[in-house]
Amino acid sequence: MSNSEEFISQLVAKYGKKRESLMPILQDVVDSFYYLNEERMVAIAKALDISTADVYGTASFYSFLNTTERGKYAIRVCQTIICDMKRKEDIIDAITELIGIKPGQTSHDGKFTLEYTNCLGWCHKGPAMLINDEVYTELTPENVKDILLSYMKK
Amino acid sequence: MATELKRTELIFKEDMDCPALMKHVMKMGKDAYLQELLDSGLKGRGGAGFPTGLKWKLVKEQESEIKYVICNADEGEPGTFKDREILDRSTDKVIYGMALAAYIVGAKEGFIYLRGEYKFLATKLKLAIDRMEAQLRLLGVHFHLDLRFGSGAYICGEETSLLRSMEGHRGEPTNKPPYPVQSGYLGQPTVVNNVETFVNTIIIADIGSKEYIKLGTKASQGSKLFSVSGDCCKEGIFELELGLTVQQFVDEFGDGDTKAVQVGGASGFCVPRKEFPNTIIGYEGVPTGGSMKVFNSSRSMYNILENYLIFFEEESCGQCTPCRVGTQQLLHGIQAVKRKEKPKTYLDELLKLAHTMKYASKCGLGRSVGNAFTSIIGNFREEIVY
Repeated sequence: MSNSEEFISQLVAKYGKKRESLMPILQDVVDSFYYLNEERMVAIAKALDISTADVYGTASFYSFLNTTERGKYAIRVCQTIICDMKRKEDIIDAITELIGIKPGQTSHDGKFTLEYTNCLGWCHKGPAMLINDEVYTELTPENVKDILLSYMKK
Repeated sequence: MATELKRTELIFKEDMDCPALMKHVMKMGKDAYLQELLDSGLKGRGGAGFPTGLKWKLVKEQESEIKYVICNADEGEPGTFKDREILDRSTDKVIYGMALAAYIVGAKEGFIYLRGEYKFLATKLKLAIDRMEAQLRLLGVHFHLDLRFGSGAYICGEETSLLRSMEGHRGEPTNKPPYPVQSGYLGQPTVVNNVETFVNTIIIADIGSKEYIKLGTKASQGSKLFSVSGDCCKEGIFELELGLTVQQFVDEFGDGDTKAVQVGGASGFCVPRKEFPNTIIGYEGVPTGGSMKVFNSSRSMYNILENYLIFFEEESCGQCTPCRVGTQQLLHGIQAVKRKEKPKTYLDELLKLAHTMKYASKCGLGRSVGNAFTSIIGNFREEIVY
């Protein structure tokens, strides 16, 4: 049994072998392995006794369940109107300058993926971004660099 | 002369003893409390405005051994952030509101569907849930509450889509009827309410419907949390009585140069300056889930509309054609007009399309795209064209 197969069978034992467990299982796999590849989706399908197409179909519906290679840290910058007005583009530029990736790209070391996301619910403290589950608000080109430097050291 | 805004402080009131209120309701009896809820006129605070008492009554009347209570914490409407604050600061009121619902309708299990973006709240919520479950056991009430997470899909805030997501599927809305009150989670009768709605049910248990209806207006009772952002003199979350005008709102929150206010998020309406004095915020005027975005005269309404359309085009679930193709065409259409690739009159074609989407789309997403589109084009046409 491969690493991920073993992990997935543990998740099925935890949540139960039923369709309702699919989302929590997909979410936990993404938390641990950062994205869903074919091997992982096949293993989930087998463990839940549903088709792989169904697993892929479900996963690909959700923007936080990446089905293509994603870095250890997903940086998601809010692009919706208020963060846009508060100059989210300057934040993106600062990130690109520091780690050399544009929205949609993953760094060569596999550490970071940069994405745009829709309203994060922090409009009054925009611009805002998520790095995995952590929220960062009131960003400036300066403080976003400090935040990223702390992740680069991790 | 501007009249003063009527502020209240109920939702974040700190000294509310939730276990005691639960006991109070149990003493009062299910039917008596349900009557209070109906009398209060409370309407769902997520935006759709369905009467909460009626929803609970319908689920209560269903003959089923298994029923569920679900809190819709998939707050994704652009410009709305009040549910996050409630979950953070008034955690007990939310979960005890859910316990009240479970007690009234006869449910033993419940879920909070929390958007993935708010996962940082999970630890706090779990601790509060453990405490609540223990307290309820002392009262002889067995209610198990669990967390489920979204994964970055706006549409899952639509209740049937939320249920599909919880069942392990793509979050695509289903046809109504059947309504969740009859056939909800796993086909069982289910109460699905917004975070703020559950808090209001606890407030009503506390102050009673007679006090509650003194707040707000006849069509829009009670107070409401507003998420205020944009070109403001102050941004944040404010609890105000419903029934105020946009003018009153702008006098209080604007920066002195307010051109337009978007009420109700991307799926709401854009109110231009000339209509501020006679537009009431509430069910008799422009309804809102609480999102109030303020734009001053430095903002391009084209950029705002384009941003909304990019949002909808990404978030449309793609299931029904009017919404899937409609959102794309509206976006590409205004871009083409801006680039002078299409004549100005093409906007009239797009308005017809928006109208069609309102009637032909399967769910609230596609049906409400036209709200912002029509109100922005209607009031700021020249900014879209030139």
